[in-house]
Amino acid sequence: MSTSRRDFVRTTSAAAAGLALAATGRAEAAERAAVLAGAPSPGDAVTNELLMKALDAARAAGAEYADARISLNRTQTIFTREKRVGGLSDNETLGAGVRVLVGGSWGFAATSELTTDGLARVARQAVAQAKANRTAGRKPVTLAPAPGNQRGTWRSDAKVDPFTIPIEDKVALLLATNAAAMKNPQARFVNSSMFFLKEEKTYANSEGALVAQTIFRTQPSVGITAVGKGDFQTRQSNDIAPMGRGYEHVTENKLEENAPRWAEQAVEKLSAKPVEVGRYDLVLHPSHLWLTIHESVAHPTELDRAMGYEANYAGTSFVFPPEKVLGTLKFGSPLMNIRGDRSQPGSLAATGWDDDGVVPESFDIITGGMFVDYQTTREQALWLDWYYRKTGRPTRSHGCSYAQSWADVQFQRMPNVSLLPGEKDLSWDDLIAATDKGIAIIGDGSFSIDQQRFNAQFGGQLFYEIKGGRITGMLKDVAYQMRTPDFWGALDMLGGKASYFLGGAFNDGKGQPAQSNAVSHGCVPTRHRNINVINTGRQA
Amino acid sequence: MSRPCTLLDEPKVMSRDEAQALARRVLGFATATESRVIIGTGARGNTRFAVNQISTAGDNSNTTVAVRSVVDGRVGSASTNRLDEAGLRAVVENSERLAKLSPVDPELMPELEPQSYQPGVGWSDSTARLDPAGRAAAVGRITDQARAAGLVSTGYLETRATAGAIANSKGLFAYDRDTDVALTTTVRTADGTGSGWAGGASNAWSSIDPAALGARAIEKARRSVNAVAVEPGRYTVILEPTAVGNLVQLIQGSINARGADEGRSFFSKAGGGTKIGEKVVDERVTLVSDPFDPETAGNPFTGEGLPARRVTWIENGVVKNLNYDRYWARKQGKEPTGAGGGFGGGSLRMSGGTETIESLVAGCQRGLLVTRFWYIRPVDPRTILFTGLTRDGTFLIENGRITRAVRNLRFNESPIFMLNNLEAMGRPVRVSASESGNAGAAVVVPPIRCRDFNFTSLSEAV
Repeated sequence: MSTSRRDFVRTTSAAAAGLALAATGRAEAAERAAVLAGAPSPGDAVTNELLMKALDAARAAGAEYADARISLNRTQTIFTREKRVGGLSDNETLGAGVRVLVGGSWGFAATSELTTDGLARVARQAVAQAKANRTAGRKPVTLAPAPGNQRGTWRSDAKVDPFTIPIEDKVALLLATNAAAMKNPQARFVNSSMFFLKEEKTYANSEGALVAQTIFRTQPSVGITAVGKGDFQTRQSNDIAPMGRGYEHVTENKLEENAPRWAEQAVEKLSAKPVEVGRYDLVLHPSHLWLTIHESVAHPTELDRAMGYEANYAGTSFVFPPEKVLGTLKFGSPLMNIRGDRSQPGSLAATGWDDDGVVPESFDIITGGMFVDYQTTREQALWLDWYYRKTGRPTRSHGCSYAQSWADVQFQRMPNVSLLPGEKDLSWDDLIAATDKGIAIIGDGSFSIDQQRFNAQFGGQLFYEIKGGRITGMLKDVAYQMRTPDFWGALDMLGGKASYFLGGAFNDGKGQPAQSNAVSHGCVPTRHRNINVINTGRQA
Repeated sequence: MSRPCTLLDEPKVMSRDEAQALARRVLGFATATESRVIIGTGARGNTRFAVNQISTAGDNSNTTVAVRSVVDGRVGSASTNRLDEAGLRAVVENSERLAKLSPVDPELMPELEPQSYQPGVGWSDSTARLDPAGRAAAVGRITDQARAAGLVSTGYLETRATAGAIANSKGLFAYDRDTDVALTTTVRTADGTGSGWAGGASNAWSSIDPAALGARAIEKARRSVNAVAVEPGRYTVILEPTAVGNLVQLIQGSINARGADEGRSFFSKAGGGTKIGEKVVDERVTLVSDPFDPETAGNPFTGEGLPARRVTWIENGVVKNLNYDRYWARKQGKEPTGAGGGFGGGSLRMSGGTETIESLVAGCQRGLLVTRFWYIRPVDPRTILFTGLTRDGTFLIENGRITRAVRNLRFNESPIFMLNNLEAMGRPVRVSASESGNAGAAVVVPPIRCRDFNFTSLSEAV
């Protein structure tokens, strides 16, 4: 029998209503059932009522500002290896978080007890905590205004809710993908998986914001390991990025049809030529470059990092201090234009409102190689008031506030940070044809960067030697080491609009406790001249 | 007006009886051939500070119920944090529904019969009772010192008081509660030319000394200014315990026996089989996971309910054990390891020696002293090769003395090579070995001196 997730949720909420009835009375049970059914919206009376109770309790306890979030996160994970399903799991977490400002100090508390008493208690707990956090002589937190409409609903650009697709269909597709890969006798091990998230989040604040959003994320993934004499090599399918889309992202990417190619590439890596260390012109595929942009461009332009707020874990930034770099720091070549946004359809950071209740805007971070702006929240935008006045722009948040769940406090997280296409209509093949001695890199691999985002090292999935404008064979054990401004200064060719690709990750870590942010990075193929390449192979 | 809530106030950590009652309710809804319920419950609190003042803080409590169902050899699982009857019924139904839709699992192992467990040793009231005001006061002992010194402190204090329980349809029940705390701080000079770090982790807050950690980070920040560049290359290094923990804990990613048997691990033997019985590192190195050692306290049971035990992974340089789950152990004719994932849920103790950091430095003609590593990521699983960088206190040693600060460096190195090139070791201590500063698995390691550590490039980052 095939059962969809939607049917299941419907059954559950009906059961919830029935069971809660005896204990708590009809009206309250019906409201609670509405919460459990997981369709929070400004029209959803019980969710709104709980949020208002939290805000009222926070104000009554002395908060000058408060916001509250209720979210239901549902995830589904399916994992297979070879002919076997290794894991099949549905998970959900529902709760509320309340954030307050008292005397310019933040407090935050969260609970899974979704009752009016539970919300009021957690609001008072947040206020008490904010009071404990006040210290003499501290600089109080103030918030920039939040322009725009702060009431409404928003939904990811997802055509098919993954939770409505029968489990058997998903399992069958993954097992067929594995079988297609294992037709290659040297492809000995195959893992494949699907991950889906549906988050229903309602946010309200003491300034009147009330917004409800439904967010989808989808990631199909395949990893194939080939084993040869004393060697093993793996090909990950990371030319398929995770996205803020629905099940259509799985079907459109044709896992079963692509599996033989990935298997063949894993096997080819076994006999690839070890790279000779030296300097090469690198031609970077967008399926690789998104991660280099993430680490070397998106992270150092976070304002909290630059101001020292993340020094103990994520680090600080070489893009510092703001008064000496805004509008004056040459970050890269004149071909480099970088934009932040939370609006690209299907992107992971897309949202109608951020977790400050702000409508995000698209904004330029680097223009013609020059650094022009940081990523900000309401708390941070005021730190740059002097710059926005000087440049004749409004002082407003770019909309970069985010918390990974109801249990976590929101803070500044990167939006989509993307490299804009070049004006010429160049393709991947054009860049290779123009390169005399180089290495082409496809897919992301190993990655590491220092705490100020200067020195980085990146591997990849596939490496090809370029000689005289042609690919002459596969290489292995390749990693490049770079200094961020030099690497971006060495950018001398980039692809046009037709070569644009949206890469991304679910698991961008920052903050203490560490929270995961999901973010996309759009980009085109690029060429970087004379980059240092090392050989990572060692004998055990 | 409510007072700040301690972790033992409402909502408290679930007791054994409460967990057992909850597990019984959940299992009461089950209709599967076999069912298992895993309960994770507790409270977490944290306080962050930056620019010498508290920046954010958070307190939350939650209970998650996960159900694993087996129906006619098919497996499904589901979890929820909705603890009313409807939520609990739904999670069981969902798990069973997924199981029915799954293919038969050829690697299925039957649920365990009831087991007996040693009591866990990881609970400390001093951690569970640390409230927001107590956290703020502790942070003040660092920020006050830094402000007085004209330096800028940033840091993080996290506490966890949690309980875990497992029950199954064969009557097995296991329960344990424990606490964890970590406090880390990075102190920088106002002009950003110097940075020093110190951190500690424990099950017991009473064993953490915030003022001492602050003083150590301040001292490092002061000494780290005016750093000079040295040529990348092979250096003798003195690694402080945190740096040793950063790298040695990475071996756990390869400790799985199945990967070794399948020929895709450092622990695979050339020509087939595993490296059990082979010497892979210096004979002074022994690596042990012991959940009942108070310094490396861990869960007394695995996720399947198997009693956890002390496991020696490497003894006198020789591989003694790899981690066998129940299925792979049966297939290979071995006993299951009973260590959970990796090193017994991550806890690890390395052997040590009698040296101090001072004597390790004194015994070094020319080398580098490393406080900690950062952004450590895998490069090549064939050799457990990782890359990453030094951070927050890297110094040049000349003629047995620390002479000056040096710029940070990137390494490409394997903990296996490092432990082969061992010269000397000091006394093992518990470290905060996670890059994120999160409270978690215990890592107890010594400071070491080793030769030929491979640095491949320079970083300007401070």
